[in-house]
Amino acid sequence: MSKTVLAVDDSKTMRDMVSFALTEAGFAVTTADDGAHGLKVAQEGTFDVIITDINMPNMDGITLIGHLRGLSQYQSTPILILTTESEQGKRDQGKNAGATGWIVKPFNPEKLIQVVNKVAA
Amino acid sequence: MDMQSFRKTYFEECQERLQEIETLLLSLESGDYQDEHLHAIFRAVHSIKGGAGAFGCDHIVSFAHIFETVLDSVRDHRLALDPELMEVLVTSSDVLAAIVAAAEQDQILAETFDAKAKADLSQYMDGAEHAPLPAAHASSSDAKKGTSRTYTIVFKPHSRLYEKANEPLLLLRELGGLGEMILSVNVDALPDLSAMDAVGGYLSWTITLTTTHHKDAITEVFEFVLDDCDLTITETDRTVAGEMKPTPPSDASPAIETGESKVSSIRVDLDKIDRLVNMVGELVITHAMLSQQAEKLARDGYPHLARGIEELSTHTRELQDHVMAIRAQPVRMAFARIPRLVRDVSKDVNKHIKLVMTGEETEVDKTVIENLADPLTHLIRNAIDHGIEDAETRKAAGKPAEGTISVSAGHRSGRILIEIRDDGAGLNTKKIAEKAKERGLIENPDLMSADELHQLIFNPGFSTAEQISNISGRGVGMDVVKRNIQSIGGKVYVKSEAGVGARFVLSLPLTLAVMDGMIVRVGSQKLILPISNILESLRPRRQDIATITEGGEVLDLRDHYIPLLRLNRLFNIPARYDEPWQGLVLIVESEQTTFALFVDELVGKQQVVIKSLEENYDPVEGISSATILGDGSVALILDPASLYDLHTKQGDSLAFAA
Repeated sequence: MSKTVLAVDDSKTMRDMVSFALTEAGFAVTTADDGAHGLKVAQEGTFDVIITDINMPNMDGITLIGHLRGLSQYQSTPILILTTESEQGKRDQGKNAGATGWIVKPFNPEKLIQVVNKVAA
Repeated sequence: MDMQSFRKTYFEECQERLQEIETLLLSLESGDYQDEHLHAIFRAVHSIKGGAGAFGCDHIVSFAHIFETVLDSVRDHRLALDPELMEVLVTSSDVLAAIVAAAEQDQILAETFDAKAKADLSQYMDGAEHAPLPAAHASSSDAKKGTSRTYTIVFKPHSRLYEKANEPLLLLRELGGLGEMILSVNVDALPDLSAMDAVGGYLSWTITLTTTHHKDAITEVFEFVLDDCDLTITETDRTVAGEMKPTPPSDASPAIETGESKVSSIRVDLDKIDRLVNMVGELVITHAMLSQQAEKLARDGYPHLARGIEELSTHTRELQDHVMAIRAQPVRMAFARIPRLVRDVSKDVNKHIKLVMTGEETEVDKTVIENLADPLTHLIRNAIDHGIEDAETRKAAGKPAEGTISVSAGHRSGRILIEIRDDGAGLNTKKIAEKAKERGLIENPDLMSADELHQLIFNPGFSTAEQISNISGRGVGMDVVKRNIQSIGGKVYVKSEAGVGARFVLSLPLTLAVMDGMIVRVGSQKLILPISNILESLRPRRQDIATITEGGEVLDLRDHYIPLLRLNRLFNIPARYDEPWQGLVLIVESEQTTFALFVDELVGKQQVVIKSLEENYDPVEGISSATILGDGSVALILDPASLYDLHTKQGDSLAFAA
């Protein structure tokens, strides 16, 4: 069974790139286009890893992480946030909300895969 | 999928985002202040920046970064959004759009291109916020060969580390990837099973690692958990090894073929959809043919056949609707530019205008949307420049100083109606009447209703603006609007009430692949005329037909002479009737003129699937395209404008021969 990843980002470019890179690396990727959508998709399925952007309409990534950590099935699921270099503050907020780690944009596919492997058992 | 296709997606997305930024900035400027607008603008700029990095579009990154920094201060209320700052933001969104456009074309813009906008934005940044730009991301695995070091690492996770779903075993595995590792676990803190918290941090590890990597590489392994553990890294030994191999990377997951499940949407080439639309068109024709043939059979004892065909008909129609719906897009795409237009034009003419838009979600064929931009622009410019009075005049008339323009869209009986309404002075009926008389368009204005007179503004070269401003009123005006709308099978008319305002209504087809046609017969031929061009049909009296010396035959239509075209003569078809008063005359409106068209009879109204003549045969004068009728026969679709040209040419050559 391949690992399942949920990638939440309001940018189609990012969704495409994340899902392309991870699919190549053997993951089964599902995407959602904002926090609220991501939460809904997460509740309807089970995922081994969740990757989320921070700045999104309807529900931001920090709030999403808070909600996910409140769900029993995602208490110990690795959750990664996608941030830019200049968002150190956001990274800390994400950590405090329960994020496992972060991926810095712009990322290259190898780095992305490396980080996901780092947190996914 | 490769980088190139991501790049395409990225720039498509940029266009959407830029449009969004512009729309939102304008709502902010028009006084509709909402925090959420600012958040959305910030997100859009941020997202443009985020993608740009991945494609090496450094210019976008650097400008978006400054833009975003200022937006961030505004949304956090650290900066007040005053009119000057508003102007800077609007300009910056234009500059960003230009930089994105240049990047898409791989053009290099001069460094100075955005200097002014950058400077304007920079005024709003205090030093601390001027965060340095992200440096190019350095590769994490730059192994320094040669020197092998030994480190002693003590790692004691806190329970918080587990709460965030970090897994010590994975970190240790990654650490092992850096070199030779000796591991010992300390279980002293482990309580009795009964007292144990499942996510408690009881274990700690002491690791001896021999590696060619620098200490930074070790720290990086723990980067996610630094705050949630006790970690000490001590260098204990260093040896220079001649043949130290670079360590293998951590185990890569085997590539298992997986399907990626998309939740939202897919992008499809327009060509593919067009092919689908075409195929469905063929299906509609085949079905019509089949049902005509089967009608007789069904009567002769095949009752199931009739039912089957009935069902096929339902499904075919449904399929057709759905396929058409794929091409449909919300008119929002065409409306999106309006706020900016209203803002710019009203500034130019120094009027205060409130814009109200409704029905943006109404869906219509993509091609129709693409052809809407020009007419809409024209009508709105006109409404602001000529329709809405200046503030003093408005106050004197007891109206609010601020004018209102409303643009709405909605569906009505299989067509889409778009209305542009202003609360200005309305059309000047008297002036229109004078002008029309002066131009010889009408003879006696008193015989016409105000409404009829108003429609005259759509005649070529008809402009009543006393002063020609640089906004509108350059002589080309409403006739261009009308021609554009007609070219996509639509109609336009105006309703106006003096002192209350004017309302322009565009009635458009939902799709261009099928058309409402009127089938007419001349002799044995069936021909089709677009319904949108037909005003009325009538059987004239003998005395209504006259011949004038230089204009050929004319029809007296309620004291108004219009040219009479005989379809049989234009195409050399032997007709059943020789004279118009025996057959029927259609009053047809074309781009340049209104004329009467003599045919034998009307066969009926039918929705027809349009087949290009140029693609399948050759262009023919007077004919726009062809279709296949229910009985399988091909019928030609007439093009009123080129029909009239043909008539004029034939008239000339006849005159020459005479």
